[in-house]
This record gives sequence, C-alpha cells and structure tokens, in this order.
Amino acid sequence: MTHYQSYETVIGLEVHVELHTASKIFCGCSTSFGAPPNTHTCPICLGHPGVLPVLNRQAVDYAMKAAMALNCTIADVSKFDRKNYFYPDSPKAYQISQFDQPIGENGWIDIEVDGKTKRIGITRLHLEEDAGKLTHVEGGYASLVDFNRVGTPLVEIVSEPDLRTPEEAKAYLEKLRAIMQYCDVSDVKMEEGSLRCDANISLRPWGQEKFGIRAELKNMNSFRGVQRGLEYEQLRQADILDAGGTVVQETRRWDDSQGKTFSMRGKEESHDYRYFPDPDLVRLHIDSEWKERVRASIPELPDARQARYTAEYGLPAYDAGVITASKKLADFFEESLSYTKDAKAVSNWIMGDLLGYLNQTGKEIEAVRITGQGLGEMIGLLEKGTISGKIAKTVFKEMLESGKRPQQIVEEQGLVQISDEGAIKAIVEKIVAANPQSVEDYRAGKEKAIGFLVGQVMKESRGKANPGLVNKLLVDVLNA
Amino acid sequence: MSIDAKTVEHVANLARLELSGEEKEQFASQLSAILKYAEKLDELDTEGIEPTSHVLPVTNVMREDVVRESVSNETALRNAPDDEDGQFKVPAVLE
Repeated sequence: MTHYQSYETVIGLEVHVELHTASKIFCGCSTSFGAPPNTHTCPICLGHPGVLPVLNRQAVDYAMKAAMALNCTIADVSKFDRKNYFYPDSPKAYQISQFDQPIGENGWIDIEVDGKTKRIGITRLHLEEDAGKLTHVEGGYASLVDFNRVGTPLVEIVSEPDLRTPEEAKAYLEKLRAIMQYCDVSDVKMEEGSLRCDANISLRPWGQEKFGIRAELKNMNSFRGVQRGLEYEQLRQADILDAGGTVVQETRRWDDSQGKTFSMRGKEESHDYRYFPDPDLVRLHIDSEWKERVRASIPELPDARQARYTAEYGLPAYDAGVITASKKLADFFEESLSYTKDAKAVSNWIMGDLLGYLNQTGKEIEAVRITGQGLGEMIGLLEKGTISGKIAKTVFKEMLESGKRPQQIVEEQGLVQISDEGAIKAIVEKIVAANPQSVEDYRAGKEKAIGFLVGQVMKESRGKANPGLVNKLLVDVLNA
Repeated sequence: MSIDAKTVEHVANLARLELSGEEKEQFASQLSAILKYAEKLDELDTEGIEPTSHVLPVTNVMREDVVRESVSNETALRNAPDDEDGQFKVPAVLE
C-alpha cells in the first residue's frame, strides 16, 4: 500500500485566467501576446505618479459572465483594492485587485471522475491586473523586466478545499477551462500563460475534521504538471507525517524537469498585503439590468451540451464528455452534423481517428486543417458506397493535413470505390489463377484461406474494390 | 494604540526602508502620536453606517475596450535606472 493512502488529501485551487480584451484593464495599451518587450506600455500601466486608471467595461462584463457561468452570485456593489507588495514585476508596488467585494461569490461546478459526478464549490471570482514578466539574466547578476503584460485583465477563481485527489484537481481545471472557452472570455492556453494555476494541498488522517498544514504549489505550467506536482506533494507530505514530523506552511515551486517541488525563499511577511480601497477607482454598482444583459450572453455550457448529445444523438456519456470538453471539438462535431445525419459515425471518427491523431502529434484541433463539413461529407461518401471504410481512413488522413474536401481527394487520387461487378470479377479471377495453393486449401475446407485471397484482391485494386462485392464474387468463383 | 520599535521595524521592512535604531525609536513615538490623534474618531458612534470606500458620490466610471497608442520603448525606459535589450534591468531576483 502506498503510504499517502493512510491520509486524506485536501486540495484547493487558485486559477488565474487572462481575459481576452483588446486593451488593458485600466489603460488603452494593447494586450496582444508576443510584442517586443516594453512596447505596450504607457504612464498608467508603468505606474507613473499622478496618472489615473479607468476601468475597462469589457473586462467587467467578461468577469461577470465567467462568474455567472460558474454559478456565482454576482455582487450588487463591488470595488477595487490595492494589494501592496514589493517585487520588480509590479511597477506601482501594489496590484489593483479586489479584497472584500469580489465580482462573484459562492459558485460551483460539477466534475466527473471515474464516472462519478462531484460538485466543487467556488469560493469567489475577482477581477485584477496581471503583473509584468521577469527574466533572469544568465550568470544571475540581474533580472530584466518586460511590462507589456502588466495591466492585462485577470480573473482569479478560488475553489473551496473540496478536491480530494490530483485527478479531481485535473478534472476541475479541465472543466474550468472548458467553461471559460465556451464563454469566450479567454484563450485559456496554459502554455501561453493565459490560464495559470496555484494549488493548496494538505494531508490529514482519515476521519479528522481539521485540515492539515498546507503547502502552496506554484509554477505548474500544464494540466499534467498540476497533477504530477500534486502527486509528488502528496508523497512528500505523507513521508513527513509518517516520520512524525510537521509539514512547513510555505510556498513551493514545482520543477517539471526534475519532477519535484522545492521550497521557495518565502517573500518575508508575504501575507501582510495591507489591502485598502483604491482611491483612484470608484465603486461599481451592478444593477439587475446589467446582470441580465450579461447573463443573456452566456451560451450553452459544456454540461448542457453533453446532456444534449446523449439525449439527442444517443452518444455514450463518456464520448459526449470528451467531445464537449473542448468547444472547438464540440463545434466541429455539430458542423459535421449539417452534412450527415449519422451522429454516431461522426463521434466515432472524432473519438478514434481525430483524437488519436491529435494525441500522437501533440497538436490542438485548431492546428489541423480538417473541417466538420469535410468529415460530414466523407461520411456521406461512405454511406453512398463511393468509398470503402479503408479508403475513408486514407481520405481522413489527407483531410487532416490538406483540409481538402473529401470529394476532391477521392477524385484527385482516383480513390473511388470499384463497385462494378465485371471489373472486380476480372481481378478476382486473376488472383484465383495466380494462387492455386490457396484455392486448393480453401476447397479442402480451410475457410481461412479466403482471407488471404480477399487481401490479394484488395491489394491488386489498391484498396478500391468494394469489400462486400469482393467477398461475394470470390466465393462465387471458388465454388463454381 | 501605541507603536513600538518592533512594529516600526516590521513596517519599514515591508516598505524596504532601512532605519537606524535611533530612527526606529523616533518614528515609534511620532507614529504613536499620530494614531492617538486619529483615535478621536473612535468617539463617534458609527453603528449601522456603511464604511466609506470612496468620498465621491460617483459610480461605474468606465471606458470602452479600445486600444490606444502606447509610448515607445525608449520613452518607457527613459526613467529606468538601468536597462538592457529594451527591458528594465533590476538587481537579480532569486526565486
């Protein structure tokens, strides 16, 4: 038995999501990613004296939309506070954030692990500004600061300590990402930092009500990293507790290449942020009309889509869950259905060939050229018998890479299935004549020999012969 | 409420200020005096009154999400004590 199982793990996540507004939260600088350093700054986001921040309306709308999609109660009155700390990534020496009157509170989302649904509480969602980006000069004698990112609007989403395993944490994060993606408030790309996750994790003996002492994990830059970091921390803390020790309350950095967490030199007095209301920003009064306007912009969310796919198209819950976990994939699925009625076939192609290809190549759905229309039309060609299942695999692969329409691929490569009996019979006769041993075997009662002959006919026809006809005609010829 | 030298040291540390022992004592008594003066406000009965977070009777001041021109890299760095490769250069920050 692995020893961490003697303890119950308690995990809470703090997730930062960058809102994809065009301009920053308190000034008109662009938020676009990848510009040369310090070219998207101005006196406001650089924190020069005497400037005044003005709130971006779109950022508030996005934050409200996100909070509503997470089933939060939206504040009637909200305000911004200063969180004071010294660090070179923050030009003002404070971050404008929200302390006691966040945009949203008391929400929840449902996650699914091992076929079981579990509700995870959302403590709060608040709006704040992002910090700049620090890089460390080689040799370690200095750090360089790029303030392009400073002032990008963020929502911080804090979960209740309701998660009990690293798998649950990963499922929560994936659901959160899907919801943000459906709401279209963020790019939610962990690799680009538009979704970031910190985790609080502690262990306690089973049955104990009081939480154990927690560590905060940072720097987990992928979904897998979050799960691995938490798994490592589970073992580390269990080791300490087993030896009769006490876990130190501290911040630890996950090192993905070493697969370990390391203690970060704590910002001393780090939790003395001395929040106070930002006098440069006035209060927000969010009336019901505003709330309803934002609520009306929330599209169908992943859970609803999943339920619809099982009810309407008869997809297995698992398949519907996988497809709806990504909005792009779900949109792709629905686009296909404008071109074929066979939802099950579309789902099978997505679950098998498409996801297999994405997993293998590490690509995202956006990076492949195939369209839902292409898949739908290809299934149509299959239904009509224009192409065989085997050829469809070839066509599908070609669509992934070239994005061409299936009809075009079939014509260009001469992949149309041969359903002409005369043409197939000619091939069958040729193969039978060329393989007397197999023919003898078959006639002697070795039924399996026919498989070899079918294979030879298919090969001779370059995969284009209609397999049903090949079988029928082969049997006819052999029994003649 | 009175402030002792230890509290002054804590606050100075948060503000990245280095104070001599003499300064700490001096500020401790000065800050204590200021807080004592402000304590007069405690005499007021604020039962049932909402805390004031802003003195202006204005709410919902917002701008539209429109990109405006930023300053040039040179301008941005003009007040930087040091720079390198278009970035602000600061003493090494160790993680």
